[in-house]
Amino acid sequence: MFRPSTRHNIPSSSSNPALEVKLNKRNSGINTSNNGGGPSSRYPYRLNFYERPPTLDITLEEFETFAIARLRVLSQIEALSHRSLPFTQLQQSITNYSKQHLLLSSNTARNVNLDEERRKDEISHWVLRLSFCRSPDLRARFIRSELALFKNRFETDDINERSNFLKSLEFDWQIVDESEKSRYEKELRSCMWGNKDDAFKNESWFKVLWYTVPDLVGSRRVFIRAGMAYVPQSLQISLVLQAFASRLEKALELTAKNLPRLDEDDRLGPVIDHLASSFLSGVASSDYQSPDGDSSGALVTAEMVDDVARKHFPPCMRNLYDRLKKDHHLKHFGRLQLGLFLKGIGLPLDEAVVFWRRMFGATMSDDKFNKEYKYNIRHSYGQEGKRTNYPPKSCQQILTQNQPGTQDSHGCPFRHFSPDNLINFLSSTYPSIDKSSNEMRDILDSVKSTHYHVACTRVFEITHGIKKGDGIGENNEPVTHPNKWVDRSRELEKEVIDRIKKNEISDEMMIDA
Amino acid sequence: MPVPVRDDPMTDYDASSPQVMNAFYRRLFPYRPFFLWLNQDQVPSKLFTHREFAFTLAGDVYLRYNSFHNADEFKKELIRLNPSRFEIGPQYSARPRDRKTLAAGALQPQRRELVFDIDMTDYDEIRTCCTDKKICKRCWGYIAAAVKVLDYALRETFGYKHLLWIYSGRRGIHCWISDQSALDLNDDQRKSLVTFLEVIKGGKEQAKKVNIRGNKDEADLHPVLNVALENLKQEFVRLVLHDQDCFATERGWEALLNILPQDRELIGNLRRDWQKDPTRSSVNKWGDLVSAVAKLQGKNQLLFKKYERAMQDVILQYTYPRIDSEVSKHRNHLLKSPFCIHPGTGRVCVPVNPELVDDFDPDTVPTVGELLNQLDKAAMENGDSQNSQRRTEEYEQTSLKPYVEMFEKHVAAVLRDSRNAKRSVKQESMEF
Repeated sequence: MFRPSTRHNIPSSSSNPALEVKLNKRNSGINTSNNGGGPSSRYPYRLNFYERPPTLDITLEEFETFAIARLRVLSQIEALSHRSLPFTQLQQSITNYSKQHLLLSSNTARNVNLDEERRKDEISHWVLRLSFCRSPDLRARFIRSELALFKNRFETDDINERSNFLKSLEFDWQIVDESEKSRYEKELRSCMWGNKDDAFKNESWFKVLWYTVPDLVGSRRVFIRAGMAYVPQSLQISLVLQAFASRLEKALELTAKNLPRLDEDDRLGPVIDHLASSFLSGVASSDYQSPDGDSSGALVTAEMVDDVARKHFPPCMRNLYDRLKKDHHLKHFGRLQLGLFLKGIGLPLDEAVVFWRRMFGATMSDDKFNKEYKYNIRHSYGQEGKRTNYPPKSCQQILTQNQPGTQDSHGCPFRHFSPDNLINFLSSTYPSIDKSSNEMRDILDSVKSTHYHVACTRVFEITHGIKKGDGIGENNEPVTHPNKWVDRSRELEKEVIDRIKKNEISDEMMIDA
Repeated sequence: MPVPVRDDPMTDYDASSPQVMNAFYRRLFPYRPFFLWLNQDQVPSKLFTHREFAFTLAGDVYLRYNSFHNADEFKKELIRLNPSRFEIGPQYSARPRDRKTLAAGALQPQRRELVFDIDMTDYDEIRTCCTDKKICKRCWGYIAAAVKVLDYALRETFGYKHLLWIYSGRRGIHCWISDQSALDLNDDQRKSLVTFLEVIKGGKEQAKKVNIRGNKDEADLHPVLNVALENLKQEFVRLVLHDQDCFATERGWEALLNILPQDRELIGNLRRDWQKDPTRSSVNKWGDLVSAVAKLQGKNQLLFKKYERAMQDVILQYTYPRIDSEVSKHRNHLLKSPFCIHPGTGRVCVPVNPELVDDFDPDTVPTVGELLNQLDKAAMENGDSQNSQRRTEEYEQTSLKPYVEMFEKHVAAVLRDSRNAKRSVKQESMEF
């Protein structure tokens, strides 16, 4: 971390006004002139846990350009992770992208300036820590992206170098001895998927407190007893990643506490601010924004919802809406998912209140409605509480957040319905999809291979009479947001109406002629 | 004061009346053990002073972010506000009551007991005796089975010692874990623990809610779940087949057939037989299924294995704990305090001994009305000697006594461990 420097090492205005910033003079003995091929003592390994802050001179220009290079890689990683690519493809594109912007070679590489690469990697990491430590949200996103980058490098690293690197970290993992191994043989075996005899004999286990490997616990990939998780060597990476993430998290919190005391002239501040905000704006595009400014033209009233629902709602919203019509009620997350979506298609707040009041029907008293529901509706329009104007939920959020409980109806039908119910739902909602048709089989195949958005896009194509593979945009995009479905669906309708109008006009002209 | 003698000295106390609640808070609520339980020390620590309390007052007024310096202040305020119920949150990074004077985002939840909530509503689709808000001794069986599985998993698998099970007053049960390592868990760790334990997943439209065998649905069960399954097999026979008779109606048996692998012959035969003789008991129907599957063995080994796994999943779906996972995942989730009065039933939220959970009968839990009557009666019997009796706590004269004693025993164990933990930290720091 860049220590808040004391007065005396601030470059005074009389000293070189060029781009040299001395962040910290302490221990700047490492020079960067080591142009030899081999690794230096400062950077013996390609991988780095970033434990010691760099204490060397850097120029302002480097300060910014290094950071921007890393930022590119991190925001690319974040964008990729939202695109639900298969694992290998994801790794490949991360590797390619970081080769372009933040090349990092292993010790065996020839003809590269290893120190220079590693210095860039280190400095860019520490600079970004400064810009990303400031809010819990930024910290979480920074850690997630850094973790993905580290993981990618870890997995592509030279095996010898990696094991030396791990040794240098000196983890105190407890090794499970033979007697304990044979005592829990049955249990350990059943946690090894595809258990061959010699694979079991050769495997060795570490014993760690269960909460140091939450991901392995959550996915039930390790045996746990008396609070200890038995982690096989093959899953060691989880332990390393966990250590990386928790150390980084602690360090970032510390940086956040000390940042206000960072004593600097006003040259670094703007750079740091700018870095964080460009990260935010670069990725915000995955949120839904109303396609055109004049939302007044697309206003929907409570009366119109039913009509729009029939014509333009995607399956998830149709399901919620139908259920609401039938039960006169939805559970909390269902109301949230449908409510924000309706806001997105242009239902203003006062109409939304009317809509929900009507849907709940006479069984609910006015009193109860006003007390328990109106607040939430107003809240989701940013009129209560912390006044955030929440965007409609994207498919990504619907698929992964707030999984439906036993009595809930929200979520994605392709993901959260059992196949039989999905077939019934689709065929009864969209008469153009027959139960035993090829299209239905197509859709179910996509669902089975967990490509829910592909299945949903297929439904869009069928119900709107467009070609398979056309998708919902100019670039044949798949459905990634319920509101984008609506936009495209309305566009298509407009095109049809325009065409009819044009035909009428030309008909009239024919008559005139 | 001696009341004029009547034939029937019972007064009809109404739990929804403020006077009754006030009498309860003044005379019966076990403040001392309650404070020690949350605080884990004799002197007020951050675990108490930085802890959020939320009160529900008459007319649905909800007061959040209250905190107190010590047990006396808490008692005074509780009596003054006289809430119909109150909830406990986490220890924050600062005193929650000061939150308006703090910088935005400075009030962060830090430590909190690991909590679980099991509610009967999640069982509505598989219980046949009651619906909605009702609960009886029979449907309590589901809760009892859940408690046993969860208690075992939390103790044996995760190594926790200080589990406090609390009846929620109507149709559910809560669990509070006060171990030091449980207090320190962050939200991610809590979430992973819950995901590990959670087996029943899926909404209304998902017929088969147990999917725990990997992508191909053919992996072995995790050893911990295997142990749970072994224990649940008996519960399944006793509870689901005999007591609840879950597959008696057409709706019941269709639900069963729907979650099995769809082999046309096997399922078709069963459906035909059962439609022909709908009076067959659940035990017999399950027997039909078992023998139909047994016939597959040797003939069609693949299908046999598939059905064998599916039947294990059925047992889990009908008996494995259905946890309200959101409650456990986040430190800042509020949960109703032990020894509150349930506003609907008037029953006290009392501790439940997990070893005797089978014998627990929600109908025998004391109501606030009963307790106050017992106090009246005791006062009458003691008459003038009341002054000399002042020293004892009043709950000792009521049927609340065994529950408070159970609570105190739990608290003593928590305190002992917390003291040892502190001592070892001290010794360590002395070594430097």
